[in-house]
Amino acid sequence: MEDERDHALPGSEPEAKDNSRRNFLKQSTLLTAIALTPGTAVKAAEMHVDEKIAAVFEKMPIKMEVNGVAHSLSVEPRATLLDILREQLDLTGTKKGCDHGQCGACTVHVDGHRVNSCLTLGVMASGKKITTIEGLAKGDELHPMQEAFLKHDGFQCGYCTPGQIMSAVACIREGHANSEMEIREYMSGNICRCGAYPNIVNAIQEVKEGGQAV
Amino acid sequence: MTKGMSRIDGRLKVTGAARYSAEFTPAGMVYGVLVGSTITKGSIRLIDTKAAERAPGVLKVITWLNSPKIAGYQVEHGKPEPAKGTYKLFYNNKILFNGQPIAVVVADSFERALFAASLVKAQYNADPHHTNLRDNAAKAFAPEGDGTTKRGTEDAWKTAPVKLEQEYIIPSEVHSPMELHAIIAKWDAEDKLTVWTKTQGVQDTRDGIAGIFKLPKENIQVNSKFVGGAFGSALQVWPHEVAAILAAKAVKRPVKLLLGRADMFTSVGYRPYTWQKIGIGATADGKLVGITHEAIGQTSTYEDFNEGPIGVSRSTYACPNVNTIYKLAALDIGSPTWMRGPGEATGAFALESALDELSYELKIDPIELRMKNYASTDPESGKPFSSKFLDEAYKLGAEGINWKDRNAKPASVTKDGWMVGYGMGGGMFGAYRDKAAAKAILMADGTLIIQTAVSDIGPGTGTAMVTIAAGVMGIPADKIRFDMGDSSLPLAPSQGGSATTATVGSAVYQACTDLKEKFQKLIGNGGTDHPDYAAILKQHSLPKLEVTVESSGGTERDKYAFYSWSVHFIKVLVHPATGVVKVDRAVCVADSGSIVSPKTARSQIVGGAIGGIGMALMEETVIDHRYGNIVNNNFADYHVPVNADIPQIEALFVNKPDPHINPMGAKGMGEIALIGMAAAVANAVYNATGKRVRELPITPDKLVGMDLELS
Repeated sequence: MEDERDHALPGSEPEAKDNSRRNFLKQSTLLTAIALTPGTAVKAAEMHVDEKIAAVFEKMPIKMEVNGVAHSLSVEPRATLLDILREQLDLTGTKKGCDHGQCGACTVHVDGHRVNSCLTLGVMASGKKITTIEGLAKGDELHPMQEAFLKHDGFQCGYCTPGQIMSAVACIREGHANSEMEIREYMSGNICRCGAYPNIVNAIQEVKEGGQAV
Repeated sequence: MTKGMSRIDGRLKVTGAARYSAEFTPAGMVYGVLVGSTITKGSIRLIDTKAAERAPGVLKVITWLNSPKIAGYQVEHGKPEPAKGTYKLFYNNKILFNGQPIAVVVADSFERALFAASLVKAQYNADPHHTNLRDNAAKAFAPEGDGTTKRGTEDAWKTAPVKLEQEYIIPSEVHSPMELHAIIAKWDAEDKLTVWTKTQGVQDTRDGIAGIFKLPKENIQVNSKFVGGAFGSALQVWPHEVAAILAAKAVKRPVKLLLGRADMFTSVGYRPYTWQKIGIGATADGKLVGITHEAIGQTSTYEDFNEGPIGVSRSTYACPNVNTIYKLAALDIGSPTWMRGPGEATGAFALESALDELSYELKIDPIELRMKNYASTDPESGKPFSSKFLDEAYKLGAEGINWKDRNAKPASVTKDGWMVGYGMGGGMFGAYRDKAAAKAILMADGTLIIQTAVSDIGPGTGTAMVTIAAGVMGIPADKIRFDMGDSSLPLAPSQGGSATTATVGSAVYQACTDLKEKFQKLIGNGGTDHPDYAAILKQHSLPKLEVTVESSGGTERDKYAFYSWSVHFIKVLVHPATGVVKVDRAVCVADSGSIVSPKTARSQIVGGAIGGIGMALMEETVIDHRYGNIVNNNFADYHVPVNADIPQIEALFVNKPDPHINPMGAKGMGEIALIGMAAAVANAVYNATGKRVRELPITPDKLVGMDLELS
């Protein structure tokens, strides 16, 4: 059913299956032994320990602040910020639409600037402050841009919406919301296939003209 | 800002709390990634999965060599393999199209699965392939159904004093919803399955999976509460869903599988490339004499996809002689599928372009020409329309765009260095009503819960249903909860064919009406118009009161022809030197019965119009026919409209109830929002430039250099 959600990290073991590797990883001293002892290394190769070693050395420690919460994470260097947010931190408000920086659905703020999180490796975000759509509202009080999107129906299916809203907030902060044309231009990195563009522009204009802090 | 209720699920969508198919994490979940064929036709000679299997974190690699047998794929012993049928994943070593899944790799992280997938190497025996419709048109065949029809005299248009014959082409287009197709498959027991998947119909998906895996329907739970757009791409069970279900069983863990954006071009259908020819003739005063509409659409080698693009020519205008010829050309590409305005969007581009061409030949205003041939009864069946106010829609739209500013002489107006033109084009689509059920529960605290298994791919179904329920029950919308997107809920069809409000809305209307009546009976003495439901429950010591009803249309379909209508008015600016086309203004009018939810209805029309502008100006799947692969399989190369392409769009509604379709008087509008738009834009481009573009999309290369021609 829809409500079934547990926050176990993907890949965490539900049962005993494949536990040998996990146990191995915990025994970091053994890793050192493998590196130093040729005999052990040969044996380890036969046991596919190379894979197990890879599991450790593939990971990098990073620290980043996401929506005001400090996180210490262990990530693969090739993992994108997008996938780390969605798969490790369960912040699924940031959407995956193309993985190529072409659609804008994954837009987040990194140190206040809008970026495509699918084109940002997690390791590049180390030490940075990330704001995702989940961090925009103040508790129950929606951000003015979220309110404006609701009021102007700036979406249909809602999938591009988090990216649109993060981009829209940045668009005003950057000073690129001074006319309808300028808004359209600076919001063109965020595709909306349902076609809510005019409503999105209206929402941004209202927030801009309202002069609220964004 | 339009009046009307804001979306009931809007807050979840603007805060990122709405969870789509790939956004659940059942315990122990792992990741599947597909490997696609790099050839277009032939067979797999060798497939080497050893490196992938040895890669870190990999749990399983499944190919045709080790795939468990899928019960629903098997042919009864002694019977021949059917010549055509749904594509069967990992069934044999045959390659039928480029990008066809040849393996699924399962690993404990997405990154590891993706990397390991790159290590799967296949060698093929390639056969010659055919991916170009124009080179294969001669081999086209008539599909089953009514593609070839005749009313009156065949080719009567040829006898008309004013006539023309032209060819029109639409390329293949892909739905490209922003959400990638995705599934999480979890086996709860040996024969019990739960999936979270992107679908326009949880129960149809449940039934589809039940058929493929030969499981009892009741053993399958399908969840799809939020769907990030679909436009027709999520109306069937696709191979990637089968792959995830197979993989989950093989590794005994839940498997999440997302398609990549490139896969979205090959693996979940598309609008088929279609060649059309229209012969049309009229009397000198503009009465249609005859239409001959011929079409050849693309399909795959393993399935016949018949979307009937020629239907528009039979039912749009009063014309005594109409004949149609429709054929399919089988190509080595995955099967096409329904895409917003299926059939009609393709057909209307040809018909509404041809009508515009005829209007210039006749020197009659395009609206006047349409009014001269206005069908007051369905020309095809002879039945009266259940309702039709298209004439009012023409007037509303013409006023909205300032049609009187249009110069009937093409290429005669320039402003600030841009050529200015006006065009219009209309759409029609059957107004359907299917069978659906709804459960309405009034709780002790006065909350109303409505439950039905419908999906919402974006139009705002929940919002419309709550509006209907609030109206019948006299309860404020914020006291109503709408449950959907769950296959265990009461019967609902897939969201498609613009039928959801008419179908599910009717069930909700009936459930609420019956529930209210139950309360009236408790009150006695004829009840009251505004019962205090919670008080009555308390008074009778009832924890709740509920009804479940099933609702469908009756015999009205025998008496009337049901259609929704639209007309789009466009003002374009065309840059003479570069050939760039800008849509300057768009006014879209829908005659789709009563408008249930004005705010979301407006968005639906605007969204469809934008889809139509994309179809007109930029969307085109490009295949390199030497290799048979799609070369623009991403958003940088396959252009869809972005914000800078789109002006403010006016959506207008006739908003008169259809007295026969359902209790709300509401007809569908999802398809008509797009149908006819491509022709409206093409017609405006002709008015601006004098250049008639008959092959979409109208990209600058088709218009470039007009400044030199004009000087």
